[in-house]
Amino acid sequence: MSGKIQLLSDTLAAARAEGRSALIAYLPAGFPTVDGGIAAIKAVFEGGADVVEVGLPHSDPVLDGPVIQTADDIALRGGVKIADVMRTVREAYEATGKPVLVMTYWNPIDRYGVERFTAELAEAGGAGCILPDLPVQESALWREHAEKHGLATVFVVAPSSRDARLAEITEAGSGFVYAASLMGVTGTRESVGAQAQDLVRRTKATTDLPVCVGLGVSNAAQAAEVAGFADGVIVGSAFVKRMLDAPDDAAGLDAVRTLAGELAKGVRGTA
Amino acid sequence: MSSEFFIPDPEGRVPSAEGYFGAFGGKFIPEALVAAVDEVAVEYDKAKHDPEFARELDDLLVNYTGRPSALTEVPRFAEHAGGARVFLKREDLNHTGSHKINNVLGQALLTRRMGKTRVIAETGAGQHGVATATACALFGLECTIYMGEIDTQRQALNVARMRMLGAEVIAVKSGSRTLKDAINEAFRDWVANVDHTHYLFGTVAGPHPFPAMVRDFHRVIGVEARRQLLERAGRLPDAAIACVGGGSNAIGLFHAFIPDSSVRLVGCEPAGHGVETGEHAATLTAGEPGILHGSRSYVLQDEEGQITEPYSISAGLDYPGIGPEHSYLKDSGRGEYRAVTDDAAMQALRLLSRTEGIIPAIESAHALAGALEVGRELGEDGLIIVNLSGRGDKDMDTAARYFGLYDTDAAVAADADGDAAEIEGDAK
Repeated sequence: MSGKIQLLSDTLAAARAEGRSALIAYLPAGFPTVDGGIAAIKAVFEGGADVVEVGLPHSDPVLDGPVIQTADDIALRGGVKIADVMRTVREAYEATGKPVLVMTYWNPIDRYGVERFTAELAEAGGAGCILPDLPVQESALWREHAEKHGLATVFVVAPSSRDARLAEITEAGSGFVYAASLMGVTGTRESVGAQAQDLVRRTKATTDLPVCVGLGVSNAAQAAEVAGFADGVIVGSAFVKRMLDAPDDAAGLDAVRTLAGELAKGVRGTA
Repeated sequence: MSSEFFIPDPEGRVPSAEGYFGAFGGKFIPEALVAAVDEVAVEYDKAKHDPEFARELDDLLVNYTGRPSALTEVPRFAEHAGGARVFLKREDLNHTGSHKINNVLGQALLTRRMGKTRVIAETGAGQHGVATATACALFGLECTIYMGEIDTQRQALNVARMRMLGAEVIAVKSGSRTLKDAINEAFRDWVANVDHTHYLFGTVAGPHPFPAMVRDFHRVIGVEARRQLLERAGRLPDAAIACVGGGSNAIGLFHAFIPDSSVRLVGCEPAGHGVETGEHAATLTAGEPGILHGSRSYVLQDEEGQITEPYSISAGLDYPGIGPEHSYLKDSGRGEYRAVTDDAAMQALRLLSRTEGIIPAIESAHALAGALEVGRELGEDGLIIVNLSGRGDKDMDTAARYFGLYDTDAAVAADADGDAAEIEGDAK
């Protein structure tokens, strides 16, 4: 079975046709348990997410702030394996028919084997990968296998990326471009920097791919603001934090479903 | 290049332009850091060819650090090493007490050239942190040091030294709360503050250009040692021995000897409680190639690429990665790496203290333990150079607990008697 890169592109195009941004949610696999994580993904889709990124937890998440570090720790101590991540992707996709990506660091995939990983992800119904510590210069092997299996390669661009480099990155990427709203690690912020709008503008000058903005977005007002200039709004830590703060798993599911609903209104400008 | 103590690799065969030492190295970093890391590479390349940079660094290395460092022959220690001649390269006598200052002064000058006002660094044993805090005091730079919480406890003296020098020390509570986690936290800081902050990386790991640049700043160790040994012993050594955590003091000693094919390059990794127990940090002995902290090298990891928690009594060697050039030396066969247990290192620490009046850092004691083994293999005709990378003052609490040296320990008197017998016994 081929990966769902086309489904990802169609979903983002459909949102654009509706005159709105897409809502992209991030949740780590295995958090709080493998089944609990699958339930949480279904809940954010029910709440109105268009796309979900499933985190493959890593022992050394150097680009994540304390919230996602905590969730990764819980998942790893619970014994989450790559097979569990694949099951999470499969069940989330089969239950919703919506695009599901994996976000992780490069070493787990390097160690597991690029061909094995991409083949299994495509077979599970995955749409692609975001690999924030794999820069474009080191990505040739990954891209060869991702392309063979119909998987998107979503690169991250940052406010510090110069224009020439942006062109190089967007040329190699597929699916969409992940624009980091600010210089920093994952986590909620009071405001999304003005840098984000400038970065989206500079990125769009180099590509027709949708440009989605992540890092720091946590509420409907911020989502609405970002939706004013980006094709998609990516929210991660805010979902994880709702689950960490919930008194029990059922309350956690309600909380992420509710947040997804609020953010979905935000990206439609109807919050 | 006319400089005497800043002696970058004149051949430049490795790394490649992309930062590869054979299959190892590279630049696995988030996009947010690409511009900053490229800036370091460009600025270092300019500095390397600027006589003014070399002049400034040379001046600091002579008049501030105290280079050249001494070469000390240790005959009473050598009696326990099969009678081979053993010389120590005394990096412990540098200002701040270890080799780390060589790299720190170079990168501090670079920080100033880049117009950055703040420096961050990781530290394990605190040697790199102390050296960095020292250079920041000297250059008037703001300084933040990340240190694993466990290390802040076992190296409390160095925490106090860093704070005395004006640095902020942040105890890192994530993961294994040791060096690896301090590096993770420093990277997080760097991503957020890269516009005015330089990450003064302390070892020959990390993304290109750090492995090559840090090596170049430490190359003086081996260049001096080679010259001093030719003068004193009249020939090249049979083995050059150093401890390896990230690998900076080892590459510093080894590099000048790489073209001398008769010289064995022996790196001593921390075997902790024994490689077979799983409680160790012997990356080249027990690891597999992978990516950690920005480059491909040997890494202690499980079959799914999760980094496993290392262990060593030595905070400075307690790291699950290793500089890529060491992985290259291992795979090419030019370097040989062996694992030394906590116990062997601690015995060597005491032996050097009592036979020569030199208290080494626990890190360097791993190299001394390796020298005892290699010396016995070589026999009386052998000639060994050991990099004594740091002094042991910072380790006195750990050593006192290990050997029961505090008055409150009932075992002190009895143990002290036993010690003398053991040392005598070893010599026979």
